[in-house]
Amino acid sequence: MSSPPLPSAAEQPLVEIENVDFSYGKRAILKGISLTVRRRKVVAIMGGSGCGKTTLLRLIGGQLLASKGVVRVLGENVGALDREGMYQVRRKMGMLFQFGALFTDISVFDNIAFQLREHTELPEEMIHDLVLMKLNAVGLRGTAKLFPSELSGGMARRVALARTVVLDPTLIMYDEPFAGLDPISLAVVGQSIRKLNDSLGATSIIVTHDVQESLQIVDYLYFVADGKIVGQGTPDEIRASTEPYIKQFVHAEMDGPVPFHYPARDYADDLNLNSCAAKVAL
Amino acid sequence: MERKTMDFWVGLFMLLGFAALLMLALRVGNFGANRVESTYAVEARFENIGNLKAKAPVKSAGVLVGRVTEIHFDNAKFQAVATLTLDKKYNFPKDSSASILTSGLLGEVYIGLDAGGDEKNLAGGDTIKITQSAVVLEKLIGQFLFSKASDGAEKK
Amino acid sequence: MMSKLFAAISNLGARGTDAIWRGGSMARFFFLVLSQSGMSFRRFHLTIREIFFSGVMSLVIIMVSGLFIGMVLGLQGFETLQTYGAEEQMGVLVALSLVRELGPVVTALLFASRAGSAITAEIGLMKATEQLKAMDMMAVDPIARVVAPRFWAGVVSMPLLAALFSAMGIFGGYLVAMILVGIDSGVFWSNMQDAVDFRYDIMNGVVKSIVFGIAISVIATFEGFDAEPTAEGVSRATTRTVVTSALTVLALDLMLTGFMLRPV
Repeated sequence: MSSPPLPSAAEQPLVEIENVDFSYGKRAILKGISLTVRRRKVVAIMGGSGCGKTTLLRLIGGQLLASKGVVRVLGENVGALDREGMYQVRRKMGMLFQFGALFTDISVFDNIAFQLREHTELPEEMIHDLVLMKLNAVGLRGTAKLFPSELSGGMARRVALARTVVLDPTLIMYDEPFAGLDPISLAVVGQSIRKLNDSLGATSIIVTHDVQESLQIVDYLYFVADGKIVGQGTPDEIRASTEPYIKQFVHAEMDGPVPFHYPARDYADDLNLNSCAAKVAL
Repeated sequence: MERKTMDFWVGLFMLLGFAALLMLALRVGNFGANRVESTYAVEARFENIGNLKAKAPVKSAGVLVGRVTEIHFDNAKFQAVATLTLDKKYNFPKDSSASILTSGLLGEVYIGLDAGGDEKNLAGGDTIKITQSAVVLEKLIGQFLFSKASDGAEKK
Repeated sequence: MMSKLFAAISNLGARGTDAIWRGGSMARFFFLVLSQSGMSFRRFHLTIREIFFSGVMSLVIIMVSGLFIGMVLGLQGFETLQTYGAEEQMGVLVALSLVRELGPVVTALLFASRAGSAITAEIGLMKATEQLKAMDMMAVDPIARVVAPRFWAGVVSMPLLAALFSAMGIFGGYLVAMILVGIDSGVFWSNMQDAVDFRYDIMNGVVKSIVFGIAISVIATFEGFDAEPTAEGVSRATTRTVVTSALTVLALDLMLTGFMLRPV
């Protein structure tokens, strides 16, 4: 489960990000980031909130374009594709959004059948069977007739998972798949991600800040902070790491390279203590 | 909602909508009733057209036979020229006369056609020779006052 | 004092720039929707579904309002016409005011608040819950799949609703004329037919309602698509849809009426 991704010459990486910059207006989010994801691996991208992890996923999915550098997915340069080309690549991708993003106006069944109906000409009976198979894989065949509003958070996440893999994608991306789940749902979703990846022969990228869960299911981890990669390694390497940032993150220490305080003026200055003191002195 | 039920309601809605449009066109409007398919245009020259406006009706014996489609001023003869578009169904002798009339004291201004006795009929592009201009109230009053005044002068 | 004046003028400038900017992006959005409309017609059941939600669901409010307004017009018109002894012209008054003005305009205002706001809220909510992004990631264009069918449903529904409104209104006027006032039914209808012109009155009313339908549909879908992806943002966008639609409809009505008046 945790074998390091040995570089093999025959296997071209599925996702390559080279020296990528990205900024929202003047705010730089990513600063010269580089990483690679090899085929058939489950890779986690970790980091604190707002460090640019989700932006990274959007760049891979082509929903955002890098201001500098190259994002290569499935051998295609995402930045150079036109809309049609982008859609061709996206058909081989699946993305699980943070809260599932199920279509609320149609049933669970129709949610999962959505892509089959949009992209294929399959007869309705075959769609029916395929949908039930996918639902069964996440253990929710019984919910087919329900609407997304009738599902619990964990169930909705699993339905969304089934929807993500309905077209057997080559690359599956997960945006915070564990956010807001109870421990049981969390373990179920985690195990489903691993199982689906192996049974489909797919490649998965998980963006998360849940270290303990990720360490159990992924093959390789990247740590992102302040728009840069600050550490990487297999789960075993990460557990043993003494690098301050990784140590702080893995052991959830309050202060460290990631400071507890947002940069600010001197506390005493902010409370006007110095000027008061000056007045008293006068 | 079942797709079939939805289709039914949308179909019913569209049916109702078009029925309403049809009702507006046929029952409320004049579509079909006074629909004039083929027309011919004749001109009529007037010294004064008063309040006559484009789209005013042209009536003969009180029946609508056409409409005034255009009015312009002939700068050579200093006359108003009205183009009357008449329904092909109705034919009028060449020496028919056109007069500008008012229905009631405050009613609409229209053109009345009185048939003449000629054997030939009016055709497209012809001009109606005999016309009677609009009665202008101010002029009428002016004339009345003038004749009163001259009556008074004679009596002296 | 000066700084206050300065601030007020800057505020006005910012609002003006913002309005023009929004107008521009709305126009771009409109062309985007038009260019992505193929699917709404190829898979017409998508549009039918939206006609159900915006058209059929507005039927009751439109028809009841039409009936009431027609009856009020009848009563008020009778009151005024009686003074001039022209009660027989009541049908003309009711029909012309409905077909030319009130039908398209009041229907548009009701449609904006009934269906337009619902469209904005729906699309805004889909945006806030990342459904639109998810669709985009599934290689399905949200403009073609979500926006365009709603747009065309609005364009189709509006003229039909306006026609129903006018028809119900005239029926309401007729009821008042028959039952309360006692005008001869033949006189009522024949005077009306004499005065209402198919092309100048009815067709122009239909043209107006189509234009209003386009305007409301563009505004409603744009505001939803452009909404800030939060609950508060969606509610603000919904309010903006109703306000902007109402103002746009009234402004367009003034312009169209100016163009459509009979050349005298």
